Amino acid sequence: MQASGNTPKPVLPTNASQVVALDSAARVNTLSAWKRARMSIIKGRWPLVALIILVAMFFLAVFGPSIAPKDPNRNSLIERLQPPFQVNERTGGVDFPLGTDGLGRDVYSRMIYGARVSIFVGIAAVLIGGIIGTVAGLAAGYFGGAVDDIIMRLADIQLAFPFILLTIMVLVVLGAGVGNLIIVLAIGQWVTYARIVRGSTVSQREKEYVEAARCLGASSLRIIALQIFPNVIAPLTVIASFNVASVILTEASLSFLGLGVPPTVPTWGGILAESRDQLLGGSWWLAVFPGVAIMLTVLSLNIMGDWLRDFLDPRLRDR
Amino acid sequence: MWAYIGRRLAQSVLVILGVTLLAFITLHLAGDPTYLYVSERASEQEIIDARQRLGFDRPLPEQYLNYIGGLLQGDFGDSLRAREPTIELVLDRLPATLELTFFAMILSLTLAIPIGIISAMRRGTAVDGGVMLLAMLGQSIPGFWLGLMLVLFVGLQLRLLPISGHVPFLEPLLQGDVSTAFGNLPSAIRHLILPGITVGVFSLSRNARLVRSSMLEVLSLDYIQTARSKGLRERTIVLRHALRNALIPIVTLIGLEFGFLLSGVVVAETVFSWPGVGRLVFNAINQRDIPLVQTAVVLFSFLFVALNLIVDLIYVQIDPRIRLK
Repeated sequence: MQASGNTPKPVLPTNASQVVALDSAARVNTLSAWKRARMSIIKGRWPLVALIILVAMFFLAVFGPSIAPKDPNRNSLIERLQPPFQVNERTGGVDFPLGTDGLGRDVYSRMIYGARVSIFVGIAAVLIGGIIGTVAGLAAGYFGGAVDDIIMRLADIQLAFPFILLTIMVLVVLGAGVGNLIIVLAIGQWVTYARIVRGSTVSQREKEYVEAARCLGASSLRIIALQIFPNVIAPLTVIASFNVASVILTEASLSFLGLGVPPTVPTWGGILAESRDQLLGGSWWLAVFPGVAIMLTVLSLNIMGDWLRDFLDPRLRDR
Repeated sequence: MWAYIGRRLAQSVLVILGVTLLAFITLHLAGDPTYLYVSERASEQEIIDARQRLGFDRPLPEQYLNYIGGLLQGDFGDSLRAREPTIELVLDRLPATLELTFFAMILSLTLAIPIGIISAMRRGTAVDGGVMLLAMLGQSIPGFWLGLMLVLFVGLQLRLLPISGHVPFLEPLLQGDVSTAFGNLPSAIRHLILPGITVGVFSLSRNARLVRSSMLEVLSLDYIQTARSKGLRERTIVLRHALRNALIPIVTLIGLEFGFLLSGVVVAETVFSWPGVGRLVFNAINQRDIPLVQTAVVLFSFLFVALNLIVDLIYVQIDPRIRLK
């Protein structure tokens, strides 16, 4: 999958010997797909900006502890509610780039740690929900009959009421925690994947290559995993990027309600919840910065999702 | 037609059974719910008595049937803190929540449709680009954060609009006091604007994008070509010919929209100290008053299912094609 400069330029097959080389033709195809993607991202400008933001956020999430200047939970009541961008006159440096909260904790460091939770929860919930949904969708689409009926009726029930409310209730009963949060958010996700995968599976099932595999004696499991699955996965990447965005938003709301993770773990939504009490006192920075971080991340994911959708299906462009 | 209605009704009943079952299971998820009802220092005997009194010693299927039986008679259980029927607490707060939800819905629809149309008409121009970027932004902002920003800048800095408090409109109206209701209306709306924007901005943005794309799709159809070649004015083509078909996906979403908005309401009410069900649920969360949360969840789901059923039934009248699916 290297699309870097030292790989040979893809050449369209012009004579018989090149056409015969099926294997290299396939390689030409993958190369050009990556190359097309790269060019399309750069040409679109916004997707490029979004990608850079996402990479930066991911970097912060992974290397947070070594980047954050202070312990996110170190409090110091003398330094409480320091405004941002204040230059320390004694040392000439900036002690708290984004100010401190009501307990004197460094907002900048807390936000870097907060990126971890938001991004980890977002990716984990979508991965788990995506896997459950894809397996359910493949099974429903491939086997049909009773399996299909049961899975799709379950999906209908879940779609027929505001699931977020049940999420709230489950978290109240089980208590806040990253694990519980991920599981509940993942369960909220699976239906979308199941429906889309089921739809594509039903149409792929009748294709000749599946019949060929069956004639060769391949088991159902093998056909589903090796023949059908690779052909239904593309649209899922689009849904997944939108869903990571919406999970991050939901996680922020739940943390804001005090249902996300325990208060000792810094999260963007959690800092916003604490900012509510300081708002009337004029400590605007507590409310502004974490919100901007959430917005930038979610916006970037949405822009990437849009780009990916257009890229995979150019007919949808400008719609 | 009747077959369709029958099928939809059966489906709704199934969903409601599913929701109540899920809510019931959730209550038992953390173990024996008796411990929620007794004090931490309760003796062994007191716990056993309470378990018997509350019926938690019965087999689970029997408990579920009792729960359903209670629901059918309007008995949703008692609140742990207030020691009152939860349903009364929730119903007391419901009008304020419905006001906010419907206000947000009206705001979202009345703005989204013209914005979407204008954007589609000016496709590819700076206006279109700007509007779509704003819409993208609106879908990426956490609603409650927008609420906090509105409190901070519109409420506290500019002092343009109230940032908390609620003037009842629906409640006097429901009690038949029409003159009070409409006397309250101007003030009620002033108090609704900021929370309404907070709740509605996401669906406003999504609907504007949806109207735009659906408009573009319809405008490329043959019958629009025909209308154009007849020499009709563009205005007539868009508003009379295209709009009707372009709005179909929006109408389908109105019922679902309600559920979306409701979930935003819980957080928005917390930001603006709105005396609705959301704030009640928020307080119940903090006090771990699970029966109260459970009642709110079940009641909201009922409302949601009922509203969707009504929308679907009206919808069949508007678009006969649905019946055949």
